Amino acid sequence: MTALVGEAAAEVRDAERATTRRARPPRPVGRNRRGRRLRYTLTVLAFLLPSAVPLVLFVLAPMVAAAWISLTEWNLLAPATWVGLENYANLLSDPETADVFLHTLSYIVGYLPLVYVGGLAIALALNTALRGRTLLRGVYFLPVITSWIVVALVWRWLLNPSNGVVNTVLGWFGIDGPGWWTDPAWAMPSIILASAWKDLGFVMVILLAGLQAIDPELLDAARVDGAGWWRRLFSVTLPLLSPATFFVIVISLINGFQVFDQVYAMTGGGPGGATQVVVQQIYDLTFRYGKAGEASALSWLLFVVILAVTVIQIRGQRRWVNYG
Amino acid sequence: MAETTLAPTTARAGGIRRRTEAARAAGARSVLLHVVIVVGALAMFFPFYWTVVTSLTPGSGLSSTPSLIPADASLEAYQRLFADLPFARVVGNSLLLATVTTLAQLVTSATAAYAFSRLPFRGRTVVFGIYLATMMIPLQVLVVPLFAELRAWGLVDTYLGALLPTLAAAFGVFLLRQAMNQVPFELDEAAALDGAGHFRIFWTVILPNIRPALATLAVFAFMGSWNSFLWPLVVLRSPELQTLPVALAGLQGQYTTQWDIVMAGSVVSILPMLAVYLFAQKYVIQGVANTGLK
Repeated sequence: MTALVGEAAAEVRDAERATTRRARPPRPVGRNRRGRRLRYTLTVLAFLLPSAVPLVLFVLAPMVAAAWISLTEWNLLAPATWVGLENYANLLSDPETADVFLHTLSYIVGYLPLVYVGGLAIALALNTALRGRTLLRGVYFLPVITSWIVVALVWRWLLNPSNGVVNTVLGWFGIDGPGWWTDPAWAMPSIILASAWKDLGFVMVILLAGLQAIDPELLDAARVDGAGWWRRLFSVTLPLLSPATFFVIVISLINGFQVFDQVYAMTGGGPGGATQVVVQQIYDLTFRYGKAGEASALSWLLFVVILAVTVIQIRGQRRWVNYG
Repeated sequence: MAETTLAPTTARAGGIRRRTEAARAAGARSVLLHVVIVVGALAMFFPFYWTVVTSLTPGSGLSSTPSLIPADASLEAYQRLFADLPFARVVGNSLLLATVTTLAQLVTSATAAYAFSRLPFRGRTVVFGIYLATMMIPLQVLVVPLFAELRAWGLVDTYLGALLPTLAAAFGVFLLRQAMNQVPFELDEAAALDGAGHFRIFWTVILPNIRPALATLAVFAFMGSWNSFLWPLVVLRSPELQTLPVALAGLQGQYTTQWDIVMAGSVVSILPMLAVYLFAQKYVIQGVANTGLK
């Protein structure tokens, strides 16, 4: 699910460039030209098929099949019946659809500023001549390698309303902690907190790499001109960091719309549907309510939304992203 | 952003006093920075510490919050985990799937990357574009038809069913092609002059030159499989075939208030990944950093 869409367009250009500076392929030893060409074709196929066959069978074909399933009524068992666009019409008129998208959106709105500002602050700090920098970076990165399920379970325990450590510590200060994931108002913030904890290190490493690519002379020049720390941050560092920022935002939005594992394990969409996000809804429709057709329609809807959001960002990047 | 170098203007008239003041201010700021960043790191680390402490405190969560340093630490929760449940089997399942996925992705990504880097053919740009596009398709869109497809082949609730969709990933192709494009084409030409064909060049020239990228991919593929949840949840039904994340999610339902057992399971799930990470930290961080730089 690692999606590097931000680069996709640039990548295709790169691919073209790489072709033009191709190396002369080693001369095949075939006897005549046709034999040589056949041999070359077979060589290309031998290198390509090990990846092409699984990608066609397990990504492209299911993708097309999902479009077809979305036009049927199907409970995964009985033969599917054709219903045309009915699933889409149902989804679009059902207020629950708006709800699950809103819940997903509220996740993104809470999560993104938290990981970006947090990741940036840590990256800025680690970019100075700091002792023990490698160790500190390693500690901040540790949650990234942990699975979402473990993250969800650990935070369910930390934020346990009755005897979790967070509410216990709050109690020392006379604060009556909230019900966290058991409280409809606090369930989404709980998920956001756990998710930000996990992804902070990922964002930090990307921004740190961006910071290290900035020419220190530019910052020195700004300093000589009398620019203070904040001024240098906003006028020099952040504009030069915009490609890394762009990447973080594109990836976070793609992953944010697909949020599922941590929701499933922390709240299962509850309490009272307060954290029912789009993918949780797709899962429930398929495996709990036997509405595979409607689930496929919803997953296509989600894909189209992600695609649109990503394309809009790539189109809009010229306005603010500064590729040196 | 610490003021390690002083602007040349301050070195002039009356500069000495001003310089020491600036240096002292910079020193104080540096100390403050260290304190903040270390406290932050401790806060980030605390959930891990708490997980371990809880797993060592029998009866955690039933009535009380464990103490920061367990008075009588015990491995009881781990014993119960492996005695009451097929947990050893679950760990074995995860190891098996992660290992096969990693090996398969190394092979399928390296060969495809070689074709995209070294074997010009008509329509190559378009094919590469399609490969990249598959990265954008969310797994959720594929789950229903994939499930139906593998059920038709009788592969639901089998290792093979869990493995097949993970054998190839466009991310790996992308990563390795990038690395192969950095290998000088003169090396292939020299090998070709010596009579080497594409398979020899791939094996003896290209692969040895992209070892760091292969390491990065290996770690990411292993991590992706080890931590993956949705597909194993859907395709593996019987308890003795489950993977760690799925079993852990189930554990929670089974032992709702027995946090020592749930946390012991979490520790077991973190440890192997931690070992891989400590071993290959450089490649993980480099891999993440590089994806953002382009």
